[in-house]
Amino acid sequence: MTQSTALKVKGSILAVKSVIEAVREAITEEMSRDSKVFVMGEDVGVRGGVFLATQGLSEEFGNNRIIDAPLAEASIMGIALGAAFRGMRPIPEVQFSDFVWPSINQLIGEAARTCYGTNGAVQVPMVIRMPYGGGIRGGLFHSQNVETHFFHTPGLKVIAPGTPYDAKGLLKSAIRDNNPVVFLEHKKTYRLVRGEVPEEEYTLPIGKADIKRLGSSVTVVSYGLTLHYCLEAAEELAGEGIDVEVVDLRTLTPLDTETIIQSVKKTGKLAVVHEDNITGGVGAEIAALAADQAFEYLDGPVVRICGPDVPTMPFAQTLEDAYMPTADKIAAGLRNLAVY
Amino acid sequence: MSITIELPHVGESVVEGTIGKWLKQPGDEVKRYEPLVEIITDKVTMEVPSPVEGSVIKLLAEEGETLPMGAAIAEVATAESPEGVEPEAAAIKVEVTTPEESNSPGTTGYLLRDVTPVGPTGGAAVELAEPTGSNADTGQARPTAVVQPPAPPAQTVQTTPRSGQTRLSPAVRRLAQEHSIDISRIQGSGLGGRVTRDDVLRYLESGPALTPPSSTAPTRDLEGSTSVDGQETHISVSPVRRMIAEAMVRSVTEIPHAWSTVEVDVSGLVALRSSVRTEYEKNQGGSLTYLPFVIKAVVEALKEFPTMNATWGGDKIILKNRVNLGLAVAAPEGLIVPVIHNADQFSIAGLAAGANDLAERARTKKLTLDDVQGGTFTLNNTGALGSYVSGPIINYPQAGILTTETIQKRAMVIDDAIAIRSMMNLCLSFDHRINDGAEASGFLTAVKNKLQAFGPGTSIY
Amino acid sequence: MPRNRTTSAQASKGTTQESRANGTRTKSPLPKGLKTSDLVDYYTRMVQARSLDERIWALNRQGKVPIAASSQGHEAAELGSLLAAEKDGDCFLFPYYRDLALKVAAGLTPVQTMMSFMGKAGDPYSGGRQFPLQGADLPHNIIQISNVVAAGLTQSVGYALGCRMAGEQTVVLVYFGDGATSQGETHEAMNFASIHKLPVIFICENNRYAISTPQSTQMVVEEVASRAAGYGFPGFTVDGMDLISCYEATREAITHARAQGPVLLEMMVERFMSHTTDDDDRRYRPEGEVEKARQRDPVSTFGQTLLDQGILTQSKIDEISAEALKATDEATDIADASNPPDESVLHDSVYSP
Repeated sequence: MTQSTALKVKGSILAVKSVIEAVREAITEEMSRDSKVFVMGEDVGVRGGVFLATQGLSEEFGNNRIIDAPLAEASIMGIALGAAFRGMRPIPEVQFSDFVWPSINQLIGEAARTCYGTNGAVQVPMVIRMPYGGGIRGGLFHSQNVETHFFHTPGLKVIAPGTPYDAKGLLKSAIRDNNPVVFLEHKKTYRLVRGEVPEEEYTLPIGKADIKRLGSSVTVVSYGLTLHYCLEAAEELAGEGIDVEVVDLRTLTPLDTETIIQSVKKTGKLAVVHEDNITGGVGAEIAALAADQAFEYLDGPVVRICGPDVPTMPFAQTLEDAYMPTADKIAAGLRNLAVY
Repeated sequence: MSITIELPHVGESVVEGTIGKWLKQPGDEVKRYEPLVEIITDKVTMEVPSPVEGSVIKLLAEEGETLPMGAAIAEVATAESPEGVEPEAAAIKVEVTTPEESNSPGTTGYLLRDVTPVGPTGGAAVELAEPTGSNADTGQARPTAVVQPPAPPAQTVQTTPRSGQTRLSPAVRRLAQEHSIDISRIQGSGLGGRVTRDDVLRYLESGPALTPPSSTAPTRDLEGSTSVDGQETHISVSPVRRMIAEAMVRSVTEIPHAWSTVEVDVSGLVALRSSVRTEYEKNQGGSLTYLPFVIKAVVEALKEFPTMNATWGGDKIILKNRVNLGLAVAAPEGLIVPVIHNADQFSIAGLAAGANDLAERARTKKLTLDDVQGGTFTLNNTGALGSYVSGPIINYPQAGILTTETIQKRAMVIDDAIAIRSMMNLCLSFDHRINDGAEASGFLTAVKNKLQAFGPGTSIY
Repeated sequence: MPRNRTTSAQASKGTTQESRANGTRTKSPLPKGLKTSDLVDYYTRMVQARSLDERIWALNRQGKVPIAASSQGHEAAELGSLLAAEKDGDCFLFPYYRDLALKVAAGLTPVQTMMSFMGKAGDPYSGGRQFPLQGADLPHNIIQISNVVAAGLTQSVGYALGCRMAGEQTVVLVYFGDGATSQGETHEAMNFASIHKLPVIFICENNRYAISTPQSTQMVVEEVASRAAGYGFPGFTVDGMDLISCYEATREAITHARAQGPVLLEMMVERFMSHTTDDDDRRYRPEGEVEKARQRDPVSTFGQTLLDQGILTQSKIDEISAEALKATDEATDIADASNPPDESVLHDSVYSP
C-alpha cells in the first residue's frame, strides 16, 4: 500500500505529503547529497524507525550509515557527538523525546558547549531528531514536550516545524548546519498533518518564522501541533469579525524576534499558544520580549494559552483533553483579547 | 441480534488493512475475544478478536481484500438478548466527507480530523482519495470517549476594568503623546468603555473637534424633578439653553433652509497634514488638525462667492466685507460659536493657532464678548463625533453654515479602477433667499476643489 | 602537619639501591620500536611535566592559579602510552582532567600550559573559557570537552566510528580514572565499541581513589581490567609506574585495536597529590600511604633506569632538571604578564558559522 498520496484535484497533480514522509525525504536527500551524513538510533535500521521515519533507508544506504544502536540513549548521543568531532554529520534519533533525559549531559552539557569551550576549534554538525508532544494517548512517557530545556541552552539550535513543507525544508537546512540542532517533530503531526511539498530541491532558512495567516486584530504565535489549532480558531473568529494573524515560529532558537515584534506592533495584541507547560515556556520568553520591545504598541495584556503545569498530559482521554490547548480554548482566549 | 463487526483502529498509524485469513466461517461459534480474522497492515499482521460472543452469520469481506479502518467486515449474531449488554464497538466509524470542491491544502497543509489516536507511535489516520478539507471543517466530535467541556484556557484575560480607573494601554498613551490628544475626548469602544488603540486611530483620521475635555459626547446634566404621575422627569432650562432655543427657532422660522452636500477626496490633505504636523506641533505647540485646512478652503471660497458671506436685509442683500469665521464648539452649557475675525488674512498655520487659542479659551471659559460676536459664516465639525451627513441649522442671520463630516477610507472609482481614498462629506445649509442652488453648489464645489488641491507640496505658512 | 614530600629534584637523586629494590631493570635491550634518543626525549618531557605540575600547585597557593589537578605519580602511564601513540603515528587522544603530563608531553609548551592554568587569552585549549587544559588541542590530536566524568568515553568511541567512516585507520586512546568505570556511559561506550569492533583503547589510570572514594567502595572487582571480559574484548593490568611497561602494553594494544577491536588497559598508578588543589587527602588517606607511594616515583625511577643503563649521566639528569626549572620559571613569568581574554570575546563562538 502506498504511503505518499498524489492527489488529483481538478486536473492538476499536487504532491501532498505527510510530515513523516517529508522527514524521510529530507533525510534521504541529504544522505544522497553528502556521504558524511549518517543516522543512528534505536530501531532505525531494519525496522525503519518506530514511526517509519527511516523506512527503506537501511536498504538504500547500508547499515554502516543507518546504524541500529544498542538501547542506550546516552551513548547514542555521545557517540554521535564524537563522530561529529571527527567531521561526520550524524543524525542521532531519540526514539521518543521522553527518553532524551539519559542523554542530556551529552546534548546540553557537552554538545552545546563544544564550539564555545574549544574557542571555535571543534564544530558539532549534528541533528538530534526526536518525536515529541501528545494528543495520541501517550501518557506521561510518550507525550512530553521537552523543547524549553533546549531553548534555554545557548549553543543549541532548536527547530519545531508544524507542516510537511516546513519539516522537509528545515530538516535539510539543519543537516547542513554546522551546529547541534535539536529537531522536534510533533508525533501527532506525523501522519495527521498533510500539505504540499515541492518536488524540486529546496531548503528553508533556520531562524525565520512564517506568518501562516495575515490578520489585523490579534497576533497569535505558535508552533508544532497547536499551530493548526490556532489556524482553526482563527477561521472561527473570522466569522465574528476578529481578524487573527497566525505566526508560526518554526524555529525556536534562534527566535525570529523581528517578525514577532512587527506583528505585535501591527495588531497591538499578542497571544502565545503552545502545548508545553505554561510556566517558563517559550511563550514566557516571547511575552517578555513583547513587553520589552513592543511595550508602547501593546493595546492589551499579553496572553498565553498553554498546557497547564502538570507533568505531561495524562493517558485517560478526559485528562488528555483537559490538558491540550485545543481550537475552542484558543478561540475563547483570543476572543477575550480581541474585545479588550 | 446481529452485530456488524468493523475493521478496528489498532496498531501504529495504521490506515487500512487487508483481510489475510478468516479464522471463522459463517455458522461458526465465536467466543468473546477469540480471534476472528487475521488482518495484514503495513506495520503488523495481527489477529483481530471478536468483540462479542455469538455465531458468525456472514463475512462481508474476502481474503485479500483491502479496506479502510472502520469498514464492515462481518456480521455476528450475538447470544445476548437485545436488552442485554451492549457489545463494545469493534471499531470507530469514521466519516469521510468529500467536499464539493477540493481545496488545495497549500504548504500550510491541514490537520486530519475525526481520527482516533491509538498507541504512542502515532494516531490512526485515514488515507483518502481526497482530503477531508481545510482547517475550517470542524467535522464531527471525537467519536470515542465522552468529551468533557473544555477546561478554561490556561490564562484568562483580565477583562473587567477596575472601577474608577482610566485604563490607558501603552499604545494609547503613546499615540496620545505623539498627537497631543486629550484621550478624554475620545469615546471608547473597548471593554468597560476603554479607549482602544483603534479608537484613537479613528479619531485621528476624522480630525478632532474643538471640544472641551469634559465632553467628548457632551454629557448633559439630566437631574430634574419627577412629575406627579411618575411618567416624566422635568429638567429646568438654563439661560444658555433658552438662548440657543430662541436662536434656533428664529433661524428656522425666518430663514428658508436648503441643503446641499458634496463628497471630497481628502487623500492629499491627509498626506499633507501627515507630512507637516510633527514639525508644526514641535515648533508651534498645540495640535495641527484638519480644521485649519478646511477653514482656509472655506474662507477663500467665501471670497469667491461673496453672497455666501452675507445676510438678508429684507429689501437688500448685505454683503459682509470681512470674513469672520465662526467655529461651533460644544461647551458643557451648550453650543457656542467663537469667531476668528478676518480669517481670510491668516495662513493655515495662523488659522491653526487661532483655532487652538479659541478652543483653549472656550475650554477654560475665558472667551470674551468680542470672541463670540461678528461672525459672518459658521463652520461645524460634526465629523469629530462621527457624523457622516448633517442638516445643520444656520447661525442666524448668516447666509450659510457648513459642516465637515467624518473622514473615511472608501473604495472609489478613479479612471475606471477601484482606489482606496480618504473621503469627507461637506454639508451646506444655505438661506435660499440670498442664494439659489447654483451659487450654493458653486461655493461648495469651490471649497471641495480647494481641499482636493491640498497635497504634500502645499505650504501651511 | 606538613607532609614530607620529595620534590622532583630530590627524587631524581634516589639511590640505585632503592631503585633496584623497586624492581627496575638494570641492563636490558631497548624496547621494541624505540631508540635511546626516544627514551631521553621522554625522560626530558617527564621532568618538564613534573616541574610544571609542582609549580602550578605553588602558584595556586599564591592565588595565581585558581584550580589544578596534578598528574604526579601518573607520569609513567601517561607518557608510556603517549610514546606508543606517537610512534604509531595515527592515533587520537581523549584525555581526562588528570592528564597534565600527557598533554604537556604531547606538545603543549610550558608557556601555553601556564596560560591555560592562569586563564589567559593565550590558552590554546579554550582561550581561557574552560578549566585548565580543557577544550581541544587539535594540532596534537587531543579533545577533552568537559570534566563530567566518563563523558569522553562515548565521544571517543564516536570519534573512532567517524574515522572508520572516513576510511581511516586511526586508533583512539581514551583515558579515565577508576571512578569513571562506575559511570553508566563507560559501560555504554565499551559495549558499543565491542559490537562494532572499533579501534579504541580504553586506558584506566587506576590510582585507587576517586577523590576520597577508595576502589573497594567503588567496585567489587579487584581489577578494572576484568570488566573487559563482559564486552568480549581483552583487558590487561599494567604496572603504571613503569614507563616502558606502559609503552609496550599500549603498543601491542594499538596493533590489536586496529585489527580486532577494543582493548582495556588498566595502568596501576599512584596519586601523590590530593584530588585537586581544592582537596586535602589527609582527611581520608591513611597516614604514610602517600610517602610510601612516593618511593616509587615514576620520574626518578625512569631516570634511575636510564642512569643504570648508561643512557644518561647524573650530570645530564641534573642538566635536564635545571633546564626544566628554567623553562618553568620563564613560562610562569610570561604567562603571569600576559592578558586574560578581553570581555569583548564573551559572545564569540557560541555557534559555528
